Amino acid sequence: MKKNVVIIGNGIAGITAARFIRKFSDHSITVISEESDHFYSRTALMYIYMGHMTYENTKPYEDWFWKKNRIELVRGYVTSVETDGKKLHLAGGNVVNYDVLILATGSRSRKFGWPGQDLKGVQGLYSLQDLEFMEENTRGIERGVIVGGGLIGIEMAEMLNSRNIPVTFLVREDEYWTNILPHEEGAMISRHIRDHHIDLRLETELKEVLADANGSVRGVITSRGEEVACQFVGITTGVMPNVEFLKESTIEVKRGIVVNDYFETNRPDIYAIGDCAEFSTPRSGHPPIEQLWYTGRMHGETVARTICGERTTYDRGVWFNSAKFFDIEYQTYGFVSNVPREGEESLYWEHPDGRHAVRINYRTSDGVVVGSNFFGIRHSQSVWESWLRQGKKIDYVLEHLGAANFDPEFYKQFEGRVVAEYNKRHPGKELTLKQKRGVRWRKEEVET
Amino acid sequence: MSLNRVYPSIQIAGDPTVSMSSVEKLGAGLSGLGLLFLLVAGFAGQASPILFLVLSLGLLSLGGVIFSVERYLKKRSAGVNNNGVMFAPSTRRSFLTWNLAILITGFYVLLYWFPGTLEGLIRMVDPISYTIRGKAADQWFLYGTFYTVAVLVMGFRAILKYRHNRYQIIRTASVMFFQLLLAFLIPAILIMFQKPEFYFSYFWPLKYDYFFPGTFDYLEQSGGWGIFMVRWAVVMAFVGVPVLTYFFGKRWYCSWVCGCGGLAETAGDQWRQLSDKSMKAWKVERWMIHSVLAFITLTTALVWVNTWQGGALLGDLSQGFSKTYGFLIGMAFSGVIGVGFYPVMGARVWCRFGCPQAAILGLLQKYFSRFRITTNSAQCISCGNCSTYCEMGIDVRAYAQRGENIIRASCVGCGVCANVCPRGVLSLENGPTEGRYNQPVLVPESAIMMPRRGDKKNEEWRERTFTS
Repeated sequence: MKKNVVIIGNGIAGITAARFIRKFSDHSITVISEESDHFYSRTALMYIYMGHMTYENTKPYEDWFWKKNRIELVRGYVTSVETDGKKLHLAGGNVVNYDVLILATGSRSRKFGWPGQDLKGVQGLYSLQDLEFMEENTRGIERGVIVGGGLIGIEMAEMLNSRNIPVTFLVREDEYWTNILPHEEGAMISRHIRDHHIDLRLETELKEVLADANGSVRGVITSRGEEVACQFVGITTGVMPNVEFLKESTIEVKRGIVVNDYFETNRPDIYAIGDCAEFSTPRSGHPPIEQLWYTGRMHGETVARTICGERTTYDRGVWFNSAKFFDIEYQTYGFVSNVPREGEESLYWEHPDGRHAVRINYRTSDGVVVGSNFFGIRHSQSVWESWLRQGKKIDYVLEHLGAANFDPEFYKQFEGRVVAEYNKRHPGKELTLKQKRGVRWRKEEVET
Repeated sequence: MSLNRVYPSIQIAGDPTVSMSSVEKLGAGLSGLGLLFLLVAGFAGQASPILFLVLSLGLLSLGGVIFSVERYLKKRSAGVNNNGVMFAPSTRRSFLTWNLAILITGFYVLLYWFPGTLEGLIRMVDPISYTIRGKAADQWFLYGTFYTVAVLVMGFRAILKYRHNRYQIIRTASVMFFQLLLAFLIPAILIMFQKPEFYFSYFWPLKYDYFFPGTFDYLEQSGGWGIFMVRWAVVMAFVGVPVLTYFFGKRWYCSWVCGCGGLAETAGDQWRQLSDKSMKAWKVERWMIHSVLAFITLTTALVWVNTWQGGALLGDLSQGFSKTYGFLIGMAFSGVIGVGFYPVMGARVWCRFGCPQAAILGLLQKYFSRFRITTNSAQCISCGNCSTYCEMGIDVRAYAQRGENIIRASCVGCGVCANVCPRGVLSLENGPTEGRYNQPVLVPESAIMMPRRGDKKNEEWRERTFTS
């Protein structure tokens, strides 16, 4: 039976759902977005500001794609959901009916109630509108302050840096992002940040934003009582689900929209996916809210299967992630704790140039590898997934480490040095690297 | 909010990412002076060739070198260097780049059809010509000199810009080497020693007359060297090209050896983002490039048939074909449009839409090659840097986000997509041909997109990792 599927939100989760529903069915599909006419890659916002790309370049599909695939795009803001009548009310009075509703409304920036946080020149970075604000707010300024030592914080620092705007970067932890990264890695990235002439202030938080006579930012006061003069404050202390408009509805909302493993909400025919969804019973070790690009993609495909008749549970699989800190690429596979965990050993190797590092964690009892971090070295996700799933041991992983390398040709490979580091720390061990990078070796590791 | 409003003001204001240092200004100033003297040399080059050479090409190059060292080596860290590309009037379609396009196009028109107007410049390069060729310069030598200087100076810039990436460094050094040696010095020295002028780095059908009977006759007349050249031309065109392409893909030629590719990768590097990425452009590309290949193949066949029949049957037909091809494709397309449109359509217009050598290499790459770009697709964030900086207009992202190997006839293997990727998703590689096509070899879509219901290994993994 042909259903009328309406999706609120045209980010990666909503659009992936739309694409797969079209792939699996003939349902009518409507995507409503307040933010933009077409799907664009949110992860590329920084590149628009830095002039690497235009907004057009960030659209993964050409504009004709939507019509050809019979996905109707509606620009509008949903003010409320009438679950009994299966109706959406849009700002301006329009009403949209649905048979099946997918909520994929994403996040918004989180602020912590600092004095002055709503002054002109204080903002987060999540949407296209935020980017436009940032463009206005940073024009001709003498200094920007970034609050929050996470992934968006360092992006914002790099953005301002690209325009030769001096940056003061306030980080709560003792090194950059050490609420996630182990100390050595955090320290290496801190040094790299300072190499880019960023005024990095560790163990420092925002206390207050100061206003000038016009209600714009003129400076901040930090938790150490220092005053920093600035005309822009980037708040990057996390995001939270964008669910305000559901407060009056019968849909259950905690921090996010509460869903089960099928992305079903408490109301029939209403699903929630992506950043705005909160799992009612997250599996152990999983966060209740997943705010990643690739999880959005997986949510979208999973819910599409369910809606098209194949009820499918969500399973994220082996954890991985990646980021880029100025010039240093970062990849992580499996679980690497930021502080040493009981029963685990950690092998860490860092290049003297401070731009390459590898960490591999494994269980002391049987040597089974639980996770890895890579800096300045690219590795293959499929190889790592295969190793972690199979419970490969440290000796095996080290001997085959070269096979997971995914760097460009002619790059120096450092896996041999990681193995040497291990041998040095474990007298008696004489492991050798069995392969270097290559299609064939990688394939063998994935298929075994 | 209208998205067209994103950054309207910057387009007027220029590039907010640039603050020129005094050394950069010096470099730019010296280049400007060089250009001025180039103009003067056009009228008076013959008066004092060496002085004008130093003042024009010398200052132009020196300025370029100083500017590149300051900007890329001193001011910017080793990493992706695309700040401001979409803002700067010199790298987006702007008043300046349109001017430049007309200037270059016009230069080609003068060079091909009105060389007399370039007399001052031609005389200016006489000293170089006498030194390496033992005779006076002509317009082609002038062109070769400009071309080689451009590849060398801008190649130097590219090496600094991509200095964190060894693939880019080695590849750029390679195109500089082949341009200087095989496309400039060796042909010149051959002339000096009374041998036929011959370019060892070009083959049929790009150098279409290298498989014309008339060329064979002419070369063979000069004895041993000429016979070697004929053999080289035939063996490379029909054995060397397929064998090398099987092992390394099209790139061994298009972005490592070829002079057209060499200029595109060096002087044209700054405009690679201007290529058209649309599906429509891809369609046009396939029609055009294969039509040109058909045209030159037919022309060559006619020339041979005509020769075998002593001109009896076809009369002037084959000559008409070869003249038409030479004018339309050999001159107008590859030169005037191919290079002239660099600043508005990117540097690979000829390579993508016209070059019959690229057409052959592309077919080989698609069907008989070990080359592919592999994707580490799970890490892809669909940002679009790869597609944006593909000079061939390939929508790399479309493949990357699906986890499909990128095997496209047009891919010249420059490696810039892998360079600009912030998440380590792309890798140019040669490998076994088995499973190269149709299925994502290493990251099956199911592995990243599909949930694994009741996957036992996954449950075990979770227990291991999160319960202790």
